[in-house]
Amino acid sequence: MIKWFPKNSRGIQSPLLSTFVIFGLSLVGMMLSESQPVYALPLYKVAAIPAFARKYGLPCSACHTAWPELNNFGLVFRDNGYQLMNDRDSPIWQNPSYFPITFRITPQWHRESTSNQPVDSIPGGGTGSTLVSRNVTQAGFDLSGMDLWSAGTIYKNISFLLLPSSDPFATWHFESAWVRLDNIKGTSWLNFKFGRFELDNLISEKRFLFLSANGGIYQTYHFDVPGSINDFGIGDNQIGMELMGHNADSSMRYSIALLSSNEGGTGLTESNLPGGLPSNRSFDGYMAFTKSFNAGSWGYEQFQAYAYIGQRATYYQTTSGTPLVGLGNEPFYRIGFAGQLHFKNLELLPYFMHGHDNAYLGTLTPDTSGLPAGTKGPAFNGGFLEGQYFVNPQLVFFGRFEKIDVAQQAAINLGSVPDNYGNVTAYSVGYRYYPIMFSRAGLAWHNEYSITKSIGVVPESLDGSGLPPILNTQGVWSSSIFVGFDFDF
Amino acid sequence: MTPKKLAVTFAFGSLALVTVGATSVLAQSHINPPDPALGTPSVATEESHIGAVTGHAADGEKHYIRYCIGCHGPDGNADGMNAQWIDPKPRDFTKAVFKCRSTPTGTLPVDSDIFNAMTRGFVSTNMPQWRPLTPQQRADLVAFIKTWSPRWAQEKPGTPITIPPETPDTPESVERGKVLYQTTLKCVECHGPKGLGDGPSAPSLRDNDGNPIKPYDFVNGSRFKCGTTNEDLYRIFMTGLDGTPMPSWSDFVDPNQAWDLVHYLRTLQRNYHPRHTAKAAAKSTDQKGG
Repeated sequence: MIKWFPKNSRGIQSPLLSTFVIFGLSLVGMMLSESQPVYALPLYKVAAIPAFARKYGLPCSACHTAWPELNNFGLVFRDNGYQLMNDRDSPIWQNPSYFPITFRITPQWHRESTSNQPVDSIPGGGTGSTLVSRNVTQAGFDLSGMDLWSAGTIYKNISFLLLPSSDPFATWHFESAWVRLDNIKGTSWLNFKFGRFELDNLISEKRFLFLSANGGIYQTYHFDVPGSINDFGIGDNQIGMELMGHNADSSMRYSIALLSSNEGGTGLTESNLPGGLPSNRSFDGYMAFTKSFNAGSWGYEQFQAYAYIGQRATYYQTTSGTPLVGLGNEPFYRIGFAGQLHFKNLELLPYFMHGHDNAYLGTLTPDTSGLPAGTKGPAFNGGFLEGQYFVNPQLVFFGRFEKIDVAQQAAINLGSVPDNYGNVTAYSVGYRYYPIMFSRAGLAWHNEYSITKSIGVVPESLDGSGLPPILNTQGVWSSSIFVGFDFDF
Repeated sequence: MTPKKLAVTFAFGSLALVTVGATSVLAQSHINPPDPALGTPSVATEESHIGAVTGHAADGEKHYIRYCIGCHGPDGNADGMNAQWIDPKPRDFTKAVFKCRSTPTGTLPVDSDIFNAMTRGFVSTNMPQWRPLTPQQRADLVAFIKTWSPRWAQEKPGTPITIPPETPDTPESVERGKVLYQTTLKCVECHGPKGLGDGPSAPSLRDNDGNPIKPYDFVNGSRFKCGTTNEDLYRIFMTGLDGTPMPSWSDFVDPNQAWDLVHYLRTLQRNYHPRHTAKAAAKSTDQKGG
């Protein structure tokens, strides 16, 4: 007999005890550290949907390498429109009391520290106080934001997803909401999605394993050269429509999306929260092609090439100075490739992106004006290599190295901008331990350490806190320690 | 906190997990020695052979734990924690009785039969299509599944039946098939006069474990339990679905009559598109023999 799950049990047995022991030991380690005030509050949006496990009676590990990351079976399930294709996907086959809802939140302890922050030499400022560079550190118990998932099928071959999401202060927005017509004309090569959704990124930031403030985002997915008006992030959910297709085992897939040029904003603005600038009237395009190769007992080796071509406003039609509509569109693009490579229990995720913005975007110049002499379109090259080692379906170790180099600064003639202004280097390591693995809910004990360095700017992080250093040549180190319970039901 | 203390803190937490969590988990992930009363598995049952692919039970175990154990259970006897909520019930591998076979009724299936069943899943049940696993991974699973029953060590799989070339699909053939369905073989008793699975015997049907079982609904089903092609349908009623009330008709009909029945059953299917089915058959990944 395989003694893996508590047999015929709906409760938790010895694994929970182990978790508490681990928690206790880790807590002792935390207490040994000193803590000072400042930042925090991770606000991540990641996806694992036990409502599906409840619907189909499959354990989390069937669809996830380690939830929330999808394995190939989960990927095919998603590509089929959250359907197993066994003539039992339509809600009519479910017990009427079944409701596809999932909650997710993460109670945690975390510590955030950032170097080279401009701090009053005399607390409170005032006479004689000047700004000096200091480390700023804060630590404590906390909550993440909360996701309230609903997803599944409205009818056979009509699927949907709705994700109201809150920050830790319970300010809600619609992170994602779409409806999808699946298998149009009886072929898996035609699926049409309409709404706000994640782009077809092979390495999904919505389903990755990292949770800390620094490690909890792919820096490359949100990077724009400092000074650019462009706010695009390939990891952000966009709003529009998508045509995608795949073969039976999703070893070949394509995605073509037409998107509003407003970074997924709602209310025809550039944000999904109130107060965003009005968007322009134009559209962006995204294309991705993915191919997998059979590597026998290792699994499938997947590769993806992608391109995003978009535009952003450089000025606004106004009334008494109040922006009404974005105007003066100028282009930008992001191109690159990604991989998801399996070597038995080891998974490697390489990613590369080249980004380029038009010079008007890069210098905040309305395109009705002339560009400052000598300015160029800013460009960067970024990427990462992530590794995951699955000891078994209930324990995974992971790590990531990420690097972004600004290849071209926009304001090359100003003399005050160093070549490496905005460069980013990031490291993350951690593990997740799942004391239970069954078909009703999920629980993970998560421990992670991340550190990020950026030149002249504060590193991207989930809490968005921190200030640029006093000098734009200074490197800013920002580190996060995260321990907590990640659970969904 | 200094970088040194940071490192110590993280290392401390990691070490705690490795020493406590991992060991407790790993210590539980093993198979108990087989019950001597069930016999000793032979080397042959530790492998499967699907075409050129050789599956290994040792590798299949980890896939079983990840994908199958929730329904089929830690003992392979269909008592996984989800089994109580599933209808129809999952397969009990300790009995080594399989519905979809190319071999005569009562015999063990060949490895490719299990492989193909795993690949296409079972329509209208909770058993999904495991096509997203690589062929090697599925072959490993087949090898592991065979370790659950001593039958695999004691018996050889049956010899796959021969399927003769299909006879012409004519109105006469359909009419002869209708007579077989409605009168001679009395398929109508279970599957109903229109093939809706609502025959007079349907409510009382039980599988070998005594669980209620529904006859196949030809009208609304998108595909058959054991395949999509005419050959698959022919094979189903010549081998029967072991463990269910669906018998093998090989002793009662000759091949020509079997094809007549195939042609008639196709006329009952609302969702049958010959062109689509031919395409699907052409792209089928079903493995033959082995």
